[in-house]
Amino acid sequence: MAVKGWIEVSDTYCKGCELCISACPQGVMELDMARLTPKGYHPAHTFKEGCTGCAICAIVCPDAAITVFRETTKAVPVPA
Amino acid sequence: MATENLVYERPEAFTEMPTHYCPGCTHGVAHRLVAEVLEEMGVVNKTIGVAPVGCAVFAYNYFDTDFVEAPHGRAPAMATGIKRVLPDRVVFTYQGDGDLASIGMGEIVHAAARGENITVIFINNANYGMTGGQMAPTTLPGMKTTSSPNGRDVETQGYPIKMSEMLSTLEGTGYCVRRSLHDPKNIRLAKKAIRTAFETQVRGLGFAMVELLSTCPTNWGMTPVNSLKFVEEHMIPAFPLGDYKISDAIKQIKI
Repeated sequence: MAVKGWIEVSDTYCKGCELCISACPQGVMELDMARLTPKGYHPAHTFKEGCTGCAICAIVCPDAAITVFRETTKAVPVPA
Repeated sequence: MATENLVYERPEAFTEMPTHYCPGCTHGVAHRLVAEVLEEMGVVNKTIGVAPVGCAVFAYNYFDTDFVEAPHGRAPAMATGIKRVLPDRVVFTYQGDGDLASIGMGEIVHAAARGENITVIFINNANYGMTGGQMAPTTLPGMKTTSSPNGRDVETQGYPIKMSEMLSTLEGTGYCVRRSLHDPKNIRLAKKAIRTAFETQVRGLGFAMVELLSTCPTNWGMTPVNSLKFVEEHMIPAFPLGDYKISDAIKQIKI
């Protein structure tokens, strides 16, 4: 199973420049045309499942607006 | 949110202030890389930045370090003074091409020639961004700007100045490389170069400069995504990426 991740895009910092959208290897990001940030930009968001938490969006983001999380796979203790 | 899930978050070396840069401007990426490097090295509390004149003039609002603002092009001179008086601090300048390669040409060349133990982050976006996209010393031949509306004519306006190549010929320069910010791979390489440039200073190995090819979507009249393509297709052939000078002592640094 693919690793599951998720992102949070800050409304304070996102300027809707679309760099994360073109860089996302999974193609799961787009601008949220239904919402405006307080500064008047359409913020980026993930519109479908498939984020792996690779953080490439955060690497190209000029405004450090993206926080990236990834589901941790806890190793099951092997009985001795 | 559980911290074990966290992969990436905004660096703590940043203040809470949102930047004033245009959407998609890679100044923000360069700021973030510097902030991440300072944080990783644990030197945020003893860093003094020197801001230039240009778009990055408000850099002091964004970094959670001490900062001074230098007059046009004089950042290397001011950094020299700070580093000589307070040699235990980490001193860096953050300059654009109009600031460093035009009005501040004298300061940067002499700071490098003296081997001042400072780190210079040089943003090359081929025009004067803040003042409205005029022709800079780094503007490409044939490139249209507001002060060269027919394209830069090399017959009358000369050729672009290649700062990394030029400064790498000086004895005082320890580390001098050119990187680009146009895709994730090159951003990672740029971060490594910035780290090495700061390590050079911490170890006292001489003048260090990292030139970063950057975008200016507003003044180039392109979308942010297209301006990254412009960097890849037009700027990199004119300003080849590479290591122009790495002294032997710096080659030994393991990060």
